[in-house]
Amino acid sequence: MATRSKKTQWVEKKLLLFVLLWMAGSAGCFVPAANAKDVFANDGLHDPQGPSFNELQRPDAAFAGFPVDTVGNKVRWVQALRDGMITPRTNIVPDTKIKILDMDLILGNTGDNAYVRFPHRAHTEWLDCANCHPDPFKEKFGTSGIKMGAILEGKFCGKCHGAVAFPLTECARCHSVKPDTFRGKFGVQPVEKH
Amino acid sequence: MFNLLKSTNRTMTPLALFVVAVIVLLSASSVLAEYADVVLNRHAEAEGVRPVIYPHWFHRIRFRCKVCHHELGFQMKVGSNDITMAAILDGKFCGMCHNDETAWGLEHCHRCHSGLPGLKTGIRGDNKAGGPGDY
Ligand code: HEC
Ligand code: HEC
Ligand code: HEC
Ligand code: HEC
Ligand code: HEC
Ligand code: HEC
Repeated sequence: MATRSKKTQWVEKKLLLFVLLWMAGSAGCFVPAANAKDVFANDGLHDPQGPSFNELQRPDAAFAGFPVDTVGNKVRWVQALRDGMITPRTNIVPDTKIKILDMDLILGNTGDNAYVRFPHRAHTEWLDCANCHPDPFKEKFGTSGIKMGAILEGKFCGKCHGAVAFPLTECARCHSVKPDTFRGKFGVQPVEKH
Repeated sequence: MFNLLKSTNRTMTPLALFVVAVIVLLSASSVLAEYADVVLNRHAEAEGVRPVIYPHWFHRIRFRCKVCHHELGFQMKVGSNDITMAAILDGKFCGMCHNDETAWGLEHCHRCHSGLPGLKTGIRGDNKAGGPGDY
């Protein structure tokens, strides 16, 4: 097998480096940028011939200044809400009761994976209890038979995560409690002071 | 991948370059539908109008999930709400807000009926992880 001259090798290394850097740079086209080309023009969804094509707002324009995520809508929705970047309405009918619950649960049937911390607060800021109780979750810890396989099929947490909320590729956002440092009990956690 | 940099095998580096170039081309051309957009096309195209695109991202900036999925009664499953234009004109579903009060009215047909012909009803972004291995 012929070996290449030092010079060819040097050129090839530089080329490969260049391409890698280019790749890293082009990853930026997934991050909304003000000067990106029209994201609706070939999204496989919007019809550019539609008479209202230009009236619709583009997500990259709408999300400018929002806390950035790497997945889903590329927006950290919980943070955007908490920081007051967005103030979505809680109700339309004036006398609807708004229920927020500050209660974390830790679920421990996770095999070799980190345990799951489920925060009621972050969820009830967006959702009503009835979106989760009694279906798909019973209102008693450890009784709903939650399994990762079913989640990946769109049940339990997967009803929203992977559809509208951040996707299931983000294991560590749910599996966030390291078993070797966790000293408490599974189930309802003592309320943390905010 | 980085040990390819040290390769002395003549065919390896150009091959790596090729693979890398293909990845770059693929990623550059994959401008995708926004996550959580819903296509509604159970009746629309059959009745001669463009499929409807409902953008979750746009609405969740303005409304929490509970407004639609609790107060207004939208079931959280694509296709499980029997949404028709007649019902909307009757003030149900999208018509609960698109009534010239909470939001602009129903005369702006093409803002909702904005999809490419042939789209299938469903949510964009899917319920599978698509990550490494099975998970
Ligand atoms: C909870 C109230 C509410 C409901 C229900 C609702 N919308 Fe909207 N929608 C709004 C508001 C508010 C706006 C923004 C109006 C404005 O900018 O003046 C909007 C805007 C839109 C837009 C334009 C987005 C853009 O880019 O400007 C589309 C498309 C749309 N809605 C489709 C739908 C469809 C389809 C449905 C039913 C499946 C629906 N909406 C149900 C409140 C609602
Ligand atoms: C939306 C939250 C969420 C995400 C994201 C998530 N999991 Fe889970 N996972 C859970 C919950 C909840 C359980 C059940 C825990 C219990 O019942 O105690 C679970 C259980 C598991 C289990 C235990 C075995 C089983 O079948 O239930 C494994 C293994 C697992 N997850 C792996 C993963 C991996 C790998 C990923 C990333 C690809 C992932 N999970 C992403 C919430 C999540
Ligand atoms: C996003 C989904 C979700 C929402 C919204 C939600 N919960 Fe839960 N809730 C859960 C899950 C998951 C469990 C644990 C179920 C299990 O372990 O089987 C749980 C458990 C509970 C429990 C049992 C705790 C125990 O002591 O065993 C109570 C009580 C509860 N929820 C009340 C509420 C109330 C009140 C609301 C509304 C303010 C609410 N939840 C909203 C998902 C949700
Ligand atoms: C009914 C819909 C729904 C269900 C079911 C649901 N989630 Fe969520 N979850 C959301 C939404 C909406 C958010 C806000 C963030 C987003 O949209 O990406 C969220 C955010 C989270 C966060 C981030 C909280 C933070 O502070 O950033 C975690 C962790 C989480 N969910 C875990 C779970 C687990 C574990 C389950 C199942 C036991 C579950 N979720 C079930 C809708 C849901
Ligand atoms: C706020 C959003 C919205 C607006 C505005 C709107 N539509 Fe629709 N339209 C829908 C939805 C959602 C459906 C159901 C889509 C499906 O599943 O096929 C629908 C369905 C239809 C259908 C299919 C037949 C049926 O009864 O469902 C026709 C025809 C139609 N619309 C015509 C119109 C015309 C004409 C206008 C303007 C005068 C209009 N639409 C304005 C959302 C809208
Ligand atoms: C303005 C109204 C509106 C708001 C706000 C809204 N949704 Fe939806 N959602 C819809 C409509 C319309 C559908 C499609 C229903 C159908 O096809 O019958 C839908 C469908 C869904 C589905 C079903 C997806 C599937 O895979 O079948 C989920 C899950 C969902 N929404 C979660 C959420 C979450 C989580 C939020 C808050 C972050 C939210 N929605 C906010 C109107 C809304």
